[in-house]
Amino acid sequence: MKTALSIMIFDENRIRASIIEEGLREAGHDRVVVIHDIVGLARQIEVISPDVIVIDIETPNRDMLEHLFQLTRSVRKPIAMFVDRSDSSSIEAAVEAGVSAYVVDGLKKERVKPILDMAVSRFKAFSRLQQELADAKSALEERKIIERAKGILMKSRKLSEDEAYALLRQTAMNEKKKLADIAQSVVMAASILGG
Amino acid sequence: MSFIRTGIERSQGNGIAAPAAIRSERTRLVRAGFIPLVDASVLIAASEFGFAAREGIQLDLVKDVSWANIRDRLAFRQFDIAHMLAPMPVASALGLGSNPSPVIAPFSLGRGGNAITLSVQLYRRMQAKAELDGREDALTNARALKLVIDDMRSKGEDLPILGITYPYSSHNYELRYWLAAGGIHPDHDVKLIVVPPPMTSDALSAGVIDGFCVGAPWNMLAVEREVGRIVAVKEDIWPSSPEKIVGTRPEWAEQNPETLSRLIVALDRAAEWCDGHENRRELAQVLAAPRYIDASAGILHRVLLGKFTTDPDGAERTVPEYFSFHRGAANFPWISQAQWIFSQMVRWGQATYDPRTSRQAAAAFRPDLYRKALGSRLDIPSNDSRVEGGATDDGFIDGTVFNPLDISAYLAEFDIPTQVPKAPEQTVV
Repeated sequence: MKTALSIMIFDENRIRASIIEEGLREAGHDRVVVIHDIVGLARQIEVISPDVIVIDIETPNRDMLEHLFQLTRSVRKPIAMFVDRSDSSSIEAAVEAGVSAYVVDGLKKERVKPILDMAVSRFKAFSRLQQELADAKSALEERKIIERAKGILMKSRKLSEDEAYALLRQTAMNEKKKLADIAQSVVMAASILGG
Repeated sequence: MSFIRTGIERSQGNGIAAPAAIRSERTRLVRAGFIPLVDASVLIAASEFGFAAREGIQLDLVKDVSWANIRDRLAFRQFDIAHMLAPMPVASALGLGSNPSPVIAPFSLGRGGNAITLSVQLYRRMQAKAELDGREDALTNARALKLVIDDMRSKGEDLPILGITYPYSSHNYELRYWLAAGGIHPDHDVKLIVVPPPMTSDALSAGVIDGFCVGAPWNMLAVEREVGRIVAVKEDIWPSSPEKIVGTRPEWAEQNPETLSRLIVALDRAAEWCDGHENRRELAQVLAAPRYIDASAGILHRVLLGKFTTDPDGAERTVPEYFSFHRGAANFPWISQAQWIFSQMVRWGQATYDPRTSRQAAAAFRPDLYRKALGSRLDIPSNDSRVEGGATDDGFIDGTVFNPLDISAYLAEFDIPTQVPKAPEQTVV
C-alpha cells in the first residue's frame, strides 16, 4: 500500500520555499513541511521523519545535513537523491537549477522523480522571476536616462522631443551602440560640461 | 582593431596542416570548483599569476559553498577538477557518504593551515583548573580540557559542543586525534557538529558551539573578534597531516591525460611561487578579493606568514611552516597518507578494516599521475608510501608512528577508543 510521502523543504528563501510548497500541494502532496531556519533542523527531521528532503544547493548548511545523515544509524537513512544514477540528465538539471534532494533509502525512483521535477521547475521559475524583475528594473533605469538625455538635447539644441529622440537613435545606429548607452554619454557629457 | 585580428587568423590558417605539437598549443579550459579558504591558494595563484596560461590552460575557478556541492558538481561534470578535502576521495572509494562517486587525487595542495579554537570562556576555565599561563603546548591544553570536562560532568553541566567542517575532513580527524591524545573521547565526552567555516566565529560568539577545528583564516578571525582562543595548530598534531587535494574524476583523467599533466606542471610552479614568503603579500592581496576569500588582505598576509594572535589578551605565536605549499614534497599524494586517513575512518567507526578496503582507500591517491607529469626530480620522493610520523620534525602529538603495512596493530595502540567501533552498513553503490 502506498502511503503519502512526507516531504520537507529546507530553504532559507521563504518566497521560493512557498512557491515549491504550493506546487507540491497542487500536485496532490499534502504532507509538506517547510523549514526556513537551520536551528533545530536536526530535531525537526527526527520528529517529522520525512521521506524526501528538498534543499537549496546554495546553502552552506548542506554539509551539516551530510553529517547529520552520517550519524543517523536508524533504518530511515536519508541519502542524496544522486545515488540513483540511472537518470543522470534529470539529476544534472537539478544541480544546474540549484536543487538538491535527499530521499529515504529504498524509496522507489518513480515516486521521487515527480517531486524533484516539480522542485526543479519551481526553482527555475523563481530564478526566471528574479531575472525578469532585474530586467524590468534596468529597463526602467534606461527609460529614465533616455528621458533625461532628451531633455538635455531639447534645451541645448532647441529641438522638439521627437527630434531629440530621433537624434539619439540616429547616433546610436551610427555608433552601433545601444540607445541607452548614447543617452548615458549625453547625460555624462552634460554634467561634465555643466550643460 | 578588426584588421589586426584578421591578420592573426590568416597567419594561423595558412593552409599547411599544423604539426601535433602546435595543435596542442590550443588553450584548454579546465573548470575548477573551490571553497574560499587559504589552502585554495595554489589553484588561485595558478590562475591569477599566469602559471596555468603558460601551460596552455585556462582555469575557470568557480566558488562554492559546501563540500557536498563540490562533490556532486564534480560527479555531474559541472567541474573537471576541484579543491577537495583529502579524505573525500578516500570516502568515495569506500562508498561512504551521500552520492559517492569515483574521485582520484593526483596532486596535494600543500600542508598546514588548520587550527583548533575554543571559546575564550572555556579556555579561561581550563586556565583556572590546570593553572595554565598561556604558553603551554597543544597536548597540555588537551589535558586541561579533559580536566574541565570531568568537572562539568561531575556538576551535571552540558558537555562542550565542537564544530568541524565535514564528516570526512582533516578537521574531523585532527580534532579527534587531539582530543583523544588528551584523554577525551570525541564521541562520549564532547559533541561534534558541522558548522560551515565562515559561520564559526558567529556560532562561537552566540554560544552555539564551544570550539571548532577549521582552516585559515577562520581561527584568526575568531581571536580577532575576541571570541576565540587558539589552543592547537595542525603542526602540533601532525605536521604532514594531509589537508586539501586536487580531485578529479578518473574518467576525465583518462580522457584528458595531456591536460592533466599540464595542469599538474602549472600547479607545481604555482605552489613553488606560493611558498616564497616574499610573494605572500601579493598572494594575500589576490586572495582578499570578493571573488575568492573575501577577507582582509592584512589578516590573510599574517596568516600566510604563520604569525597570529592566539588569545584576545594579545598572546602571539609564530608557526613559520603554517603553510607549506611546495617544499618537502608537499604536493606529493602519498599512498601512505590515503591509508592513514582510512585508519582514522576505521578508528572512529566510519569504515571497517579489511585488507581489500585498505587497498581501495590507497588507490584514491595517484602518485603515478603526479610522477608522469613532473618526471623524476630530486625533490620528488622515490617511494609512493612511507612510515608516517617517524621523522623527528614530523611526529604525531602522541608519539605514535603509522606503519601502513600494519593498520590493525597501529589501531590497537590507542587507548581511545578501547575498541574500534562497528561501522554502520554502507549503501552499496
